[in-house]
Amino acid sequence: MKLKGADMVISALEKEGLNTVFGYPGGALLTLYDSLYHSSLKHILARHEQGAIHAADGYARVSGKPGVVFATSGPGATNLVTGISNAYMDSVPLVIITGQVPTFLIGTDAFQEADITGISLPVCKHNYLVKDIKDLPRILKEAFFISSTGRPGPVLIDLPKDIQEEKGEFSYPDEIDIPGYKPNLEGHPGQISRAVRAINKACRPVILGGGGVIRSEAYTELKEIARKGNIPVTLTLMGLGGFPASDELFLGMPGMHGTRAANYALMEADLILAVGVRFDDRVTGKLSAFAPDARVIHIDIDPVEIGKNIAVDIPIVGDLKKVMQSLSKKFKPGNTRQWLDRIRGWEKFTPVVENNRQEKIIKPQSLIKKIYEKTRGKALVSTDVGQHQMWTAQQYRFDMPRGWVTSGGLGTMGFGFPASLGVKLARPEETVFCITGDGGFQMNIQELATAVDYQIPVKIAIINNRCLGMVRQWQELFYEKKYSSTIFDYAPDFSRIAEAYGALGLRIEHPEEIEGALEKSFQAEGPVVMDFQVDPDENVFPMVAPNQPISKLMDRGNSS
Amino acid sequence: MKSVLAVLVEDKPGVLTRVAGLFSRRGFNIDSIAVGETNDPGISRMTITVEEDNSTLEQVVKQLNKLVNVLKISNITEDPSVSRELMLVKVKAEPENRGEIQQIVETFRGKVVDVSLDSLIIEVTGDDEKLEAIKLLLQHYGIKEIVRTGNISMVRGNKTTDHKNPGK
Repeated sequence: MKLKGADMVISALEKEGLNTVFGYPGGALLTLYDSLYHSSLKHILARHEQGAIHAADGYARVSGKPGVVFATSGPGATNLVTGISNAYMDSVPLVIITGQVPTFLIGTDAFQEADITGISLPVCKHNYLVKDIKDLPRILKEAFFISSTGRPGPVLIDLPKDIQEEKGEFSYPDEIDIPGYKPNLEGHPGQISRAVRAINKACRPVILGGGGVIRSEAYTELKEIARKGNIPVTLTLMGLGGFPASDELFLGMPGMHGTRAANYALMEADLILAVGVRFDDRVTGKLSAFAPDARVIHIDIDPVEIGKNIAVDIPIVGDLKKVMQSLSKKFKPGNTRQWLDRIRGWEKFTPVVENNRQEKIIKPQSLIKKIYEKTRGKALVSTDVGQHQMWTAQQYRFDMPRGWVTSGGLGTMGFGFPASLGVKLARPEETVFCITGDGGFQMNIQELATAVDYQIPVKIAIINNRCLGMVRQWQELFYEKKYSSTIFDYAPDFSRIAEAYGALGLRIEHPEEIEGALEKSFQAEGPVVMDFQVDPDENVFPMVAPNQPISKLMDRGNSS
Repeated sequence: MKSVLAVLVEDKPGVLTRVAGLFSRRGFNIDSIAVGETNDPGISRMTITVEEDNSTLEQVVKQLNKLVNVLKISNITEDPSVSRELMLVKVKAEPENRGEIQQIVETFRGKVVDVSLDSLIIEVTGDDEKLEAIKLLLQHYGIKEIVRTGNISMVRGNKTTDHKNPGK
């Protein structure tokens, strides 16, 4: 069958069973958008390319399917770079199609030309510049395959305008063989047996789970291993929801803003079973002091992560789900009662800071706990980065996987709101909350138009402290309270902005108004913006100062 | 420690950029990189000399393996192998010391490939040690310019770095 290049893209998406695309058209993508016009695909027109790609990212995280993004050449493509990096750092499968100037103009600094394959090379799992229509069917198949298998990640296809128009033979391959890409899925049986022996021998074991648990959907396996072995579990920011927070064996999140139970347990453990984690500096604190007595079993699909930051005793490269299945079959129930008794003395949940009734000021921690209670922990929640993100990680106790969408690795302000649109489109039956800050929300505020246009009923809770809270917190703690450019002297009225866009806008100043506002948001049919004026002086605690051992937790009130 | 990696890659546009870019953004120290086609159409071979300790070298190999266009990596540092590099040296040569220079070049089995009134271009091949030795001697006369190809290595005997052998 002969097809135009642009039609091949649409056909490939249909063959992959994908029905939603996020994008923004432009000169170099006219042909692709022309092919889209009569297709069955649902295209979500964002108001900025960055909004489109974060929405696709949110869509992918909660659906497990690759998110698809279209953007035009030049500025359209460069506007995607933050979103690509964000997906790369958090291992999110995306397939990005960018328009490019015609092949005969490449390299001439043509109008709206940018070398997006060059620019995105360090932040893509792989990328392609299509120069021959004959390669396009294979490249499309490879892109979807590479993005969603192994350790997932973004794959970009740069598609020149003349290739979109050119006709070529199209048959979409069912199978594909990429000689240089063979993810190792099955763990080495000898290593698995060694791991089983090490777990059985351990007196103070801890499971440290990360985003890999979610990507590999290894939740039942994780639960089985933890319960069978009576092994306590801590989950990194990216792993939250991979093991029920309400389970007795759950210790909370480890690291810089982690719980005492998680941090102390890691530091005293004689064995860490690390599954789908990458020992990020926000988790380990001072590396040389991290978990001094522990043998480390590290299971990950990406061999690069093993031995990158810390020395590993038993490395296992493979798909978590498969490796943990064989692991759990083999090991005997352990007796960890003494260890669990010791852990019981340590705080597993960060205590909430209650609203101050006299001063009538909303405490952000208490507000987030309220959202947790009102949604019975069942909402899908997205965030940006910073204080509101950490408070949410501490107070919203995720029992289910794929309910928590946050910018973990890159720490992108402006991620949460557009991501929530993708989340709601992927899982329309669920309640979707975007918990954001007044800083981050303003970085992609234009997507309110998208939310209203498509009537995507997300509930946006702005934790408005009129400052860049986390940076301000570090200035308070480590820079002698010199608040350099972190306090907003002017703040817009977000509720009126929401109204201007056609969304429901609410401004909440006092603790007693919280309940009513949340009720209103549940009744609303379209998107809702709740501007919660919170105490600007609140900080995130506990906190481990950077490059300190994670056992050195500072608390509220004794930090200075 | 210096290590030599033989890397088979797909002969596609941008592959050298991917490999070279990886070294700079991960902060790996690269000594030399030489690329050329192989007997297998569509496949190029890189000889990369890396100056890193063992744990970093392990990361280098793993990170390279992650590149989709990389087919196979062999660490041939410990294998008995033939290593060669070609160097061109433009050296000052007054009529009175041309004879001396000529003798040095012959000792190192090099060639004089260009002569002008006050300089010579010398071509010499060998491993790093040999090239450094002649360079040191020629410095005495005054070196005006040096160009080197970077090291290429091949394992002695039957063993090859064929990508069809298991390895990746």
